[in-house]
Amino acid sequence: MGLLSKKDLKLITDPLADNNPITIQVLGICSALAITAELKASIVMSIAVLFVLGVGNVVISLMRNVIPPKIRIIVQLIVVATLVIIVDLVLKAFAYELSKTLSVFVGLIITNCIIMGRFEAFALANGPWKSFLDGIGNSLGYAAILIIVGFFRELLGSGTLLGIKVLGDPIEKTGVYAYGYENNGFMLLAPMALITVGIIIWVQRSRNEALIEDN
Amino acid sequence: MEHLELFFKAIFIDNMVFATFLGMCSYLAVSKKVSTAVGLGAAVIFVMAITVPLNWLLDKYILQEGALSWLGEEYAVYDLSFLSFIMFIATIATMVQLVEIIVEKFSPALYNSLGIFLPLIAVNCAILGGSLFMQSREIQTLGLAFNYGVSSGIGWFLAILAIAAIREKIRYSNVPGPLRGLGITFIITGLMAIGFMSFGGMLTGGDEEVAKEETASIETNVKVDEPILEEETIKVIDSVSVEELEIKEE
Repeated sequence: MGLLSKKDLKLITDPLADNNPITIQVLGICSALAITAELKASIVMSIAVLFVLGVGNVVISLMRNVIPPKIRIIVQLIVVATLVIIVDLVLKAFAYELSKTLSVFVGLIITNCIIMGRFEAFALANGPWKSFLDGIGNSLGYAAILIIVGFFRELLGSGTLLGIKVLGDPIEKTGVYAYGYENNGFMLLAPMALITVGIIIWVQRSRNEALIEDN
Repeated sequence: MEHLELFFKAIFIDNMVFATFLGMCSYLAVSKKVSTAVGLGAAVIFVMAITVPLNWLLDKYILQEGALSWLGEEYAVYDLSFLSFIMFIATIATMVQLVEIIVEKFSPALYNSLGIFLPLIAVNCAILGGSLFMQSREIQTLGLAFNYGVSSGIGWFLAILAIAAIREKIRYSNVPGPLRGLGITFIITGLMAIGFMSFGGMLTGGDEEVAKEETASIETNVKVDEPILEEETIKVIDSVSVEELEIKEE
C-alpha cells in the first residue's frame, strides 16, 4: 500500500469487525435502529453519517489545539450541527420523500454517540489524516450493521429490496408466495430491529470468543 | 384532558426508548446498576423539563415561518427553521452547563447525585429528540410543551429503571456466553418494546367508543361512517409510532 501504511489501514479495517462501533463500542444505536425498516433508508443514513463523521473528525482534529477543554462539548456540537444541517438541506432538495421517512432522525445524527465518541476518543488526540481515516472506518462499521439489519428487515418484512419485489408479488401470488409464503409484518415493527442487532452480536461473538463479556 | 392524554401518550405509547429508540446509548451504558440508573433518569427528567419548553419558545418566536413578525411587519417573511438543529443543541448544551453550575452552587447534595451524569446528558439523543419531536408534532401551548418534556423524561426514566432491575437479576442466570452483556440486553429491550406496544390501544379504546356512538346516531347514512373510521385508523396509527406508518403504507 503506497498511500496507506499498515497502521493507517488498521484504522479503517478495525472498526469493521473487531471494534465495531455498534456491536462492540455500543455507540450510535439511537438513530441506527429506528430507520432500518427499509434498506434504502439505511444506506442513505450511512452515507450521511459517513460524511458527517469524516468531515467532522478532520475539522475537530484541525481545531484540537485551540479548543478550550472546558467548552469542548459545545464546540463539538456546533461543528456537528452545522454539518448535519448541510446533510438535511441536501436531502430535502434531492430526496424529499426519503427525508420525510427519516424525519427527525437526520437531526439526531448530531447526538449520535458515535460522532461525539470518535471526536473525544480520537480526533482530539490525533492529526487530521489519521482522524479522517478513523472517521471513515467507524462510519463504514456503522454502515455495515445498518445495511445488514436493513437488508433482513426489508426482505423478511415486506419481501422487497430497495423497493424491488425480489420474492414475487404477495397479491398476485407469484414467486415464493405461490408456495404459501407470507411476509412477516412483525419485522417492520420497532422491536425487531433490537432483536436483529442482538442476533448479530450473538453471531459475531460466538465466532470471536475474545469479545465475550464476563457479565 | 388534553394534558392527561399527552402525558400518558408520551410515557407509554410513544415511549422514548421503546418506540423511537432515543437515548439508547446511555440507556445501554448506564443500566448496569439500579442506583446509577435512577440518578441518570432523574437528571434526564430534570433537563427535559427545562429544555423542551425553552426550545418551544425559541421555535415559536424565532425559528418558525413568520415567527419573527413580533419584530415588525417586514420580518414576517423570514423562515429560519433550517437553523433549528443548531439552535436546539446549543440551547441544550448551554442549559446543561448552566444547570450544572447552579446545582453545584446551591445544592451540593443534589449535585453529588446528579452531577456526574449531567455532562452525559448533553449528548443524550432523548433530549434533542424530545425537542425535535415537540417541533414536528406541532405542540400548541407552552404548558403542553412542558408537560411533553416531563412525561417523555418519565418514560425514559421508567425504561432505564426497568432494564437496570432486569440486568441486576440476570447476573445470576446462565446466559449463553456470546449473548452475555450487550446481546441479551438488546433482546430483552426488544421484548420489552413488544410489551409496550400493547399500550397502543390505551387511548384509542376510548376513541372507538365515541366513533361507535357517532355511527349509531347517524345509522341512516351508511356512507358517512366510512370516512370516520378511516380517519380514526389514521389517528390511531399516527399515535402508535413512526414505524407503524410504514405498515399502513404497505
